[in-house]
Amino acid sequence: EFRRFSLERSKPGKFEEFYGLLQHVHKIPNVDVLVGYTDVHGDLLPINNDDNYHKAVSTANPLLRIFIQRKEDADYSAFGTDTMTRKKNVLSNVLRPDNHKKKPHIVISMPQDFRPVSSIIDVDILPETHRRVRLYKYGTDKPLGFYIRDGSSVRVTPHGLEKVPGIFISRLVPGGLAQSTGLLAVNDEVLEVNGIEVSGKSLDQVTDMMIANSRNLIITVRPANQRNNVVRNSRTSGSSGQSTESSLPSSSPNILGNLLQGEEESDEEDIVIEDSGEPQQIPKAAPTSESIESLSQIELLHESTQNGFLPSSEMNSNHSAGSISMEYDAPDPGRKSLEEDGTIITL
Amino acid sequence: QTVEHGFPHQPSALGYSPFLRLMAIGTRSGAIKLYGAPGVEFMGLHEENNTVMQIHFIPDQCQLVTLLDDNSLHLWSLKQHGGASELREEHRFTLKGPPGSPPSATQITAVLPHSSREVLYLGTESGNIFVVELPSFRVLEDRTISSEAVLQRVPEDNCNRRSCELVEALREHPKNPDQILIGYSRGLIVLWDLQNSKVTHHFLGSQQLENLYWQRDGSKFISCHYDGSYTQWPVSSDNRQPEPLENTVPYGPFPCKAISKIYWQTTKNGLPYIIFQGGMPRASYGDRHSISVIHGSQQTAFDFTSRVIDFFIIFSSEPTAELDDPSAMVVLAEEELVVIDLKTAGWPAVHPPYLASLHCSAITCSHHVSNIPLKLWERIISAGSKQNIHYSSMPWPIDGGTNIAPDPPQRDLLLTGHEDGTVRFWDASGVCLHLLYKLSTVRVFLTDADPNDNMNTLGEDEWPPLRKVGTFDPYSDDPRLGIQKIYLCKYSGYLAVAGTAGQVLVMELNDEDAEHVVDHAEADLLQDQEGYRWKGHEKLKTRDGPVRFEAGFQPFVLVQCQPPAVVTSLALHSEWKLVAFGTSHGFGLFDHQQKRLVFVKCTLHPSDQLALEGPLSRVKSLKKSLRQSFRRIRRSRVSSRKRRGGSGNASEVQEANAKFDQDTLQEMELAPVQRKIEARSAEDSFTGFVRTLYFADTFLRDSSRHCPSLWAGTNGGTVYAFCLRVPPAERRMDEPVRAEQAKEIQLMHRAPVVGILVLDGRSTPLPEPLEVAHDLSKSPDMQGSHQLLVVSEEQFKVFTLPKVSSKLKLKLTALEGCRVRKVTVANFGSCKTDDYSENDLAVLTNLGDIQIISLPFLKLQIRYPCIRKEDVSGIASCVFTKYGQGFYLISPSEFERFSLSTKWLVEPRCIVDTPEVTTNNHVHSKSGVENAARKS
Repeated sequence: EFRRFSLERSKPGKFEEFYGLLQHVHKIPNVDVLVGYTDVHGDLLPINNDDNYHKAVSTANPLLRIFIQRKEDADYSAFGTDTMTRKKNVLSNVLRPDNHKKKPHIVISMPQDFRPVSSIIDVDILPETHRRVRLYKYGTDKPLGFYIRDGSSVRVTPHGLEKVPGIFISRLVPGGLAQSTGLLAVNDEVLEVNGIEVSGKSLDQVTDMMIANSRNLIITVRPANQRNNVVRNSRTSGSSGQSTESSLPSSSPNILGNLLQGEEESDEEDIVIEDSGEPQQIPKAAPTSESIESLSQIELLHESTQNGFLPSSEMNSNHSAGSISMEYDAPDPGRKSLEEDGTIITL
Repeated sequence: QTVEHGFPHQPSALGYSPFLRLMAIGTRSGAIKLYGAPGVEFMGLHEENNTVMQIHFIPDQCQLVTLLDDNSLHLWSLKQHGGASELREEHRFTLKGPPGSPPSATQITAVLPHSSREVLYLGTESGNIFVVELPSFRVLEDRTISSEAVLQRVPEDNCNRRSCELVEALREHPKNPDQILIGYSRGLIVLWDLQNSKVTHHFLGSQQLENLYWQRDGSKFISCHYDGSYTQWPVSSDNRQPEPLENTVPYGPFPCKAISKIYWQTTKNGLPYIIFQGGMPRASYGDRHSISVIHGSQQTAFDFTSRVIDFFIIFSSEPTAELDDPSAMVVLAEEELVVIDLKTAGWPAVHPPYLASLHCSAITCSHHVSNIPLKLWERIISAGSKQNIHYSSMPWPIDGGTNIAPDPPQRDLLLTGHEDGTVRFWDASGVCLHLLYKLSTVRVFLTDADPNDNMNTLGEDEWPPLRKVGTFDPYSDDPRLGIQKIYLCKYSGYLAVAGTAGQVLVMELNDEDAEHVVDHAEADLLQDQEGYRWKGHEKLKTRDGPVRFEAGFQPFVLVQCQPPAVVTSLALHSEWKLVAFGTSHGFGLFDHQQKRLVFVKCTLHPSDQLALEGPLSRVKSLKKSLRQSFRRIRRSRVSSRKRRGGSGNASEVQEANAKFDQDTLQEMELAPVQRKIEARSAEDSFTGFVRTLYFADTFLRDSSRHCPSLWAGTNGGTVYAFCLRVPPAERRMDEPVRAEQAKEIQLMHRAPVVGILVLDGRSTPLPEPLEVAHDLSKSPDMQGSHQLLVVSEEQFKVFTLPKVSSKLKLKLTALEGCRVRKVTVANFGSCKTDDYSENDLAVLTNLGDIQIISLPFLKLQIRYPCIRKEDVSGIASCVFTKYGQGFYLISPSEFERFSLSTKWLVEPRCIVDTPEVTTNNHVHSKSGVENAARKS
């Protein structure tokens, strides 16, 4: 059921009141519900306290899409980063709860953060045995916190099984970014660093590459533990098939999504202090042909990046570029690959 | 890679052809190098990379045979190809014994190329002498001289099986090619008749034999022995078993070390030269590496600082000459080549035109200056010639071959800084790297070493009469004296050198000796910082009062950084008369005209404690460890000297080695090497380390006025720019130079800044100071906008000036995993037309690759693998020239030269002609020399 109502943007009030309002407009005064909204990146994020409620309201542009679900029917997995981008039709999940009736709910917890700084990416184009992890160093004080080592892995080659040298994660520093994301584990084999294959490169070379990319590090690994792989299509087993979509034609695992093209910006903000004045980010000298890139270069200056949220000025720039239109009311069902890279959103 | 300069690392064998007048040196890594007249050089490498044990030229041929420590023989030839001679390996051969015989049966100990040029005689450990045909290496079994055959004629009481063990020496009779002298290690010497296959004479020596040498007329020979004695033996037809004429222990009566090689040279005045290696009294001088020359009452024991590998005497090789008339002695020591002039009284050394020991004190840095103006060149040479007066004026005696390489296109200087505080100036224009001048900075300072501590000052009556020769001296008295940075302005003759203890010296070229006071200033780089304590070495103490300097570069200003950390960057602007220097704590600018410190800037991060600890705390006693390692080498050498015996031993060693390798491998698997992945932060250590300094006249503040500026780049990715105000020349002494910080750029990737460069309006790098004044460069374009190129270890970035905005970048590390180690602007000229050239960046990475990157667009043009990536010291030592060449150390004593430019190639190109074989040679007439001569 849809409801549309208006809120005073400047005075949104408290979450409790809003919750009551929702129960009121849906005429479900005694039903416990989960409240979620889609943020600018298309992620379904929860609303359960004053802070995230205010944040949600502030992102209304001008519409704010709110989803509510009965708590007992709620699909917790619908929340989180990339939930809307990974072609999961959240709406259909929400609207047709029958899909989920069959399987028991695994309630882990509510996502702690609105937008985890690090994520698994490019799931659609990688083989299931690989995992591409982006570690966002930018905006956190946590150390990256992992070590790599030389090792060897067994590969299938035309001449049978062969032992080939490889690079492996050897240690995770407790409390470091790598460990806290849970996306990397000891003995995972590193296959690529920011889209560049590491085979044939020495440990020192790979170390240098990782450190050089440390502000926006994308590592493709073959996890040591292959049991938790995301099952993406119904090929695997019939009964537990949670396939709400058909998998895309699998592309080469070596193609790193759209991420590399726009990857530059976040790590390129050199600072200049002129005549011992205030530090300033160094702007790009002249716009080059890539208009999106240049537009996304609008000075971030020293605006703090709170909680990993992107400064609004930058978002606006993307809007004005016209590269994307966010229609929250009627999502285009044909939009398949909405991806974000931190500074630009491309289709 | 074009040519190797310097002294071969770990030489192991020496050979000489009096016929070709070429010398050959073999090394432990299997290289063989031939040298003749300056510029005549050949190099070959044995595939096996085994130690070259012996080198023998085939008489009167362009061929030589090498013996490796795997007992293989290799035949090399000099053949003309494309107008130049080339050294090529023609054949290889390993002597095989009958099945089941022990390896010692064929272990070659002595090689004699016969003057007939048709056969080689190979003495072995078993005592048998095998004969192989050349060049096919076919064994002529019927001509083998077996120990049994030799023993038949030897008297019963000397005739036991063991007396014929191990052939020590094989010598052909100088007049009669059908007779060869065979010396066995236990003392037995026989003269063998090749025609009749029998012993004609036998000589019963009582001492273990080391070597043999014939007198020129063949009437006598001399043998030298393990106990330090030598013996003369007569050879006449009437006595088949002569007694020795004379037995001498030159350094007796106390036990002496072995004499391993001896020469007997006849002269006009009848007094022979007796020249021998070793023989020193065992107890008091047993550790000396000596060669003694005795001529009548004159006797000198030349004392070498490193082990003597081998030596030879250059004497009259005319077959008709009745006398040897020796002219020079050539000694190959482990670390240097020494040539002694035997014709001039006092036997002075000859200054070698090549094979210079670059490492006589360890090289700590190098600096290359291209295209030296003739005037400066001549002044440096004249300063150098005053230092070389103690050398002989004899022309270089090894003068075979003809250098046909074109003359070097320009005069290039390579400056090497050394651990002992010296700077050596090398002529790097051509194939022969030649020492022009040596500068010492020691005199400015007070050091612990007593300057009068001279080992040469031996009294008249000293016995043995030792005389120190050679320049190799690895012992540095004070590591703080080490030179770390050099900058020479070729137009003004100003030279700045900076060292390990924060000392910066500015010098001027003076053609006369002078005595003056060196102005002294201190630069406190920690100015604003509180509570630091420097834990490293103390600063050097300076000498008070005037100091006497010899002609050449004479210091007039000394700046000492405080704390006295090693100087990590240095720049000199001879036009503005400013010198800038940086350490791990900060940088400073000194006005060497007014002798005033202009400013200092501390770059230290407050949390960086490591930077304050001295770098020397880890290298406790370099001196001590060096001495120890030398002792170790000596010990291993002693044990290897007589190791021919055990082949079973060798396999044991191999086994042990294999086991060790396995063990270490397992260990490695248990504890693998880990690398921490962490983003750099401002708090990292050594971020304040100043990596590069650069002077530029550019638009720093606004686009209408340009001004002098100083740029500094640090290890933490910070670039500082200072605007300088230099008074005009007429008021230069009256007004102070002022500096003001104008910009500070922080690269967010925080990689060390290794290069800073300003490009003018035409995108050409700004010229060097005074280059325009000397009409050697167009004046820079000050109309168009300037650009700033910052090279970090990871990226190249171009910024606009005066407003710093990023324009272009090239990421290296993020994409390739390599880091910039060295970068320089190189000018590549077209080899077709003189008027076209372009400037590019020549970049050496930590993987040893060289990349050429275009300016100003930063496009990778080409990439070459150059240095092995494991060769860290090679990569660290690399220096580029301004015209696309470069040098790097392939060993402590050798530079490899490479060229990236087709226009500037310096490589040996030479011809060795086969001289006419004189047919009136009565020696060879019997053995078909005429035939061979016609063939050749």
